[in-house]
Order: sequence, then C-alpha cells, then structure tokens
Amino acid sequence: MAGFLARRLLNYVVLVAVAASLAYMLAATALDPRSNYADRTPKPPPAVIDAQLTALNLNDRVPLLERYAVWAGGVLHGDLGKNVTGSPVNDDIARRAGVTFRLVLLGMIVGSVGGVLLGALAAVRQYGWFDRVSTGLSFAVLAVPVVVLANMLILFATWVNDRLGTQVFLVSGEYTGGLDTGFWGSVLDRIQHLVLPTVSLSLALVAVFSRYQRNMMLDVLGADFVRTARAKGLSRRAALTRHALRTALVPVMTYFAFTFGALLTGATFTEKIFGWHGLGEQLINSIFTNDVNTVAAIALLAAVAVLCASLASDLLHAALDPRVRAG
Amino acid sequence: MTLPEEEVAEELTPGVPGRGPRRAPSRGRVVVRRFLRSRQGAAGLAVLVVMFLLAFAGPLLSPWSYTDRDFTAFLQPPSASHWFGTLQTGADVYAVTLRGMQKSLIVGLLAALVSTALAALVGAFAGYFPGWADRTLTWLTDLLLVLPAFLILAIMSPVFGEGTWALFVLMLSLFLWMVTSKIVRSMTVSLKRREFIQAARFMGVRPVTIIFRHVLPNLSSLLIVDATLNVSAAILTETSLSYFGFGIQPPDVSFGTLIADGSKTAVYAPWTFWFVAGLLVVTVLAVNLVGDALRDAFDPTSTRPR
Repeated sequence: MAGFLARRLLNYVVLVAVAASLAYMLAATALDPRSNYADRTPKPPPAVIDAQLTALNLNDRVPLLERYAVWAGGVLHGDLGKNVTGSPVNDDIARRAGVTFRLVLLGMIVGSVGGVLLGALAAVRQYGWFDRVSTGLSFAVLAVPVVVLANMLILFATWVNDRLGTQVFLVSGEYTGGLDTGFWGSVLDRIQHLVLPTVSLSLALVAVFSRYQRNMMLDVLGADFVRTARAKGLSRRAALTRHALRTALVPVMTYFAFTFGALLTGATFTEKIFGWHGLGEQLINSIFTNDVNTVAAIALLAAVAVLCASLASDLLHAALDPRVRAG
Repeated sequence: MTLPEEEVAEELTPGVPGRGPRRAPSRGRVVVRRFLRSRQGAAGLAVLVVMFLLAFAGPLLSPWSYTDRDFTAFLQPPSASHWFGTLQTGADVYAVTLRGMQKSLIVGLLAALVSTALAALVGAFAGYFPGWADRTLTWLTDLLLVLPAFLILAIMSPVFGEGTWALFVLMLSLFLWMVTSKIVRSMTVSLKRREFIQAARFMGVRPVTIIFRHVLPNLSSLLIVDATLNVSAAILTETSLSYFGFGIQPPDVSFGTLIADGSKTAVYAPWTFWFVAGLLVVTVLAVNLVGDALRDAFDPTSTRPR
C-alpha cells in the first residue's frame, strides 16, 4: 500500500512539473506583455520598456528558455515572480486562493453528496416517479452550460427580489463591504451572497454524480452479496447503506478525480460572473492584461489541485475497497 | 466475461450475419430500428434535424442578415419586422442567433469528429503496442487530463485571430479525447487476445493494417456514441470560451458571444438572452438524447421500459 502510494505520488509530481512548465511556455509565447505599453501616453521610450520587462522577467527579446529558467528557479524557492504591475504574485494569489477554496469546497461537498444521495435514491426505486423526475432533470441540467445557468440564476434572483421587495439573494461579490450588523448579520449577509454561486457550481455536479451513482447502484443491487446480507438478517436499509451503497461508491470515487478539473473551470466562470475576487476571476483578467507570471502561477495551482484530488480519490478508493489495501 | 462465455453469448445474440439457414438482419439495420423505436432517440433526432434546418435555411426566410443594422429600431421587443427583436446595436436577433447557431454547430461537429478520431488512434495504438509506445501515449493522455482545458485554450486565445476558427476547432478537440482514449486502449488490449486478431497476426498482416481493419471497426459502436456526446461537449466548451472572449472572435458571432452580450441586457430586454440560451439548451439536450439512445441501441443487453 505504501509503495503503491509512493509510486503514484512520484508520478504525480513529475506530471505537475511538466504541466506547469508547459503552461508557462505557452503563456510566455502566446501572451504579449509588451503590448501593454503601446497605448500609454506619453509613449515610453523602447529602452525603458525593455528595462522594465526585463526586471519583471517578461521581456520577449530574452530567449524563452532563459526566462523559463529564471521562473522555474523562483518557483522552486517558492517565489512565483512578479505580475505586470510589479507586485509579487505570491501575495495576490494568497489573498485570492481562500475565496476560490471556499467556493470550490462548498460546491464539491454539496454537489457530490447531493448527487450520490439522489442517484442512490433513484436506483432503489428504479422507474418510480422519483427516478423518472430526477433522470429528466439531470438531462436538462447537463444541457445548460455554467455561464448560461449563472445568468439564469441572476435573472431569477432579480425577479424574486423585485417580487418580494427585499434583497433576498445578493448576486455580486462575496460579502457587502462596510456592513455593521454584528456577527449574525454578517453571517446572514455571507449566506445571501453564497447561495446562488454554490447552486450554479454544484448543480451540474449533482446531475453527473446522480446519473453515475444510479447506474453503479443498479449494477450492485441485484448482486449476490446484497441478497446474502438480507438473508443473514440485516434490515433492507442496513443492507442497502452498508453493503450496496458502499460498494457502488468505489467507481464513483474514481470518477471524482476526473470531475475535479471541470469543477475548477466551473468555479472560474462562477467567480467571474458573480464578481467573486478569486483565482478564476484573476486568471481571466490576467490573460487580458498579458500577465504571464500570474497565468503560470494559477496553472501550476490548478495542476496541483487536480493531482491532489486524484491522490485523494486513490486514498478514498483504498479506504473503501479492501482489495487495494491488500495489493 | 471469459472467452468461451463470450463466444456463447455471441452465438445467442441475434443480428450477427451469416449464421443459420435464415439470414439474420444486418447489425446496422437492427441498431437503426432499435434507435428509432426509443422515444427519446427519435425525438432528439427530430429536434436536431429541425435545428439544422433552422440554422442553415432559416436565414433565407428573414430579410435581415446578421451584419445588417436597423437604425430605426434599437433594443426593440419582437415584432413583425424583427421576429426575435433587436439588439442595442440595431442588429436583428433572429438573424444573429441563426448565424451564431451555424458557427456553433459546425465547430461542435468538427471538434467532435477530430477528437474521436484522435481518441481512437491514440487508444488503439497504445493498446496494441505494449511497451514504450503504450507508456508514452498513456503518459501523454494523463498529462492532458491534468491540464485544465479551459486554461490552456484561454492562454492560446490571442493566437485565434480573425478567420482562424479552424485552429480553434483543432485546439478544442485536443482537449476532448483523453477519457475515450483510455477506454479504447483497455478494449484494444482485450481485443488483441481474440482469435480473429491472432489469426490475422499469424497470417502476417501488418499491425497498422490490423488496427484499421480489425480493431477499430470492432469499437465502432463505442466511437459513434462517443462522437455524438462529444458534439455537445464541444458546443458547451465553445460557448463558455466565447462567452469570455477567448473563442470565436468578433465580428463573427457564436452562441457564446451572443449570450455574453445578451446577459448584459437580459433584465430589461429578455429577448436578447432567452432566444439564444433556449436554442443552445435545446440543441445540446437533443444531441445528448440522441447519444444516449444510440448507446442503448448498440448495447444488445440493454432493455428499457416502454
């Protein structure tokens, strides 16, 4: 087991290194920080631009590999470089990472738990009304991209707020600035801000997981070991939760690692549309400002996050499936 | 399933041609019949045909083209002269939407075809040639799975200028093939042990010929279903990228750019958002229904309730 995990970990570290390097090279070739200076008035002399770009390690006249070496050396020492305005990327990322982390964590928990529960319930009563309704709904949800869903939610919230005459859902930002209503007031405020982004992020996840969990559960329900569990005197509920659900969770956990990347992308859209100042919003902004170092830093973090999810799913897999632990 | 079991199952399965005195119906015909008999498949296909007709024949019905601006009607609700209303610029929503739909459908179809072909090739070669070829290809697949597709495509976006949408399609398909190629690889590994492949090998057929003539045709059902589902994935990705300005570039329009513009005015001019969003959702839903019904039609063991 330890050897298995160590080998996986080593493989992942290599993958992260290659992925991040690739992202840096791509960003450094495709983005053009020099164009940021083009429409400044008065236009700075070329020598000044060169000097500034070189100081930020963004000068496209320096060979790509040399820039890459400087960047990689910095990353190994925990320094992600400087953004186009000259402030360190580390500070910026550290401030924004918390926002994204909260959003993704909540969306992930709501999405996977909700999806697994819905799917399991639908499978237990196959072709019942609940199964049919949830199947139809998940088909509909899977056809709606996050960008459309988020905008629909905003329109819905505006409509509800208009109808009720009060602000029930708040659709911009993470919290209201300068609010002075004590602890519970600010908790309420945060929840009002949180509801719609969480829904927009987790709804697709619920749909995917419920379909997958339903199919896995159906495969397991007719299996001999569930009948044996009933035969030895377990109640239907205990047999279903302790034996059927647990077994059906194993492949779903493997699937989890695949959906995590999609979740990060969804978080990017959600942040940008709902005006949360997280990493995803920063990514989109930094591409428009040709901010190579910030883009590379976020790519690195995304790769690390995806691989952490894979590792977590390996661990969960081992926890749920005794055969993995033995082998 | 072990090998003898599989053989028995094959003999019992109807639809394998050339067995017994009565000629069994061809597999293609069986699949088509099963597909059309399923309600959702037929409905999805019908909707999809209507969408295609609308996208390519619909613009002929309206006097407005997508580049026209009506300077007497800015942000007007739907009326007799502008069926879906107008945008802030005076553009006719009907004409613009159908133009966007054309682009999205073409991009989706092409990206799906290319990515499925890529998945089939990479998966089959990785599965057929064990050793370093397999290891390299598998590693490459894992690497692309780690890189968030949206991020890379967004970084590449400055390269997609005006008129380079073919490059965009290529990049899009580069990020859709990995999961399928993993499935194709594992199926190729098990196919390689089957007698007909062994026989071909011992007759001296070249490996590449075996892959194209024996391995890939045997995976055709998986690949067809996958290509269908990739169409919807590609349309959705294209929409999201174009929404943020990373995909199809103006003056060209697609679902994504239209939804981005429409969402800004949706509160007081709902027609700028809902027609586009509605058409997008219906199209993707239809594609998904077709893909799902195809999967059931190809699967001889599936039964669904009437």
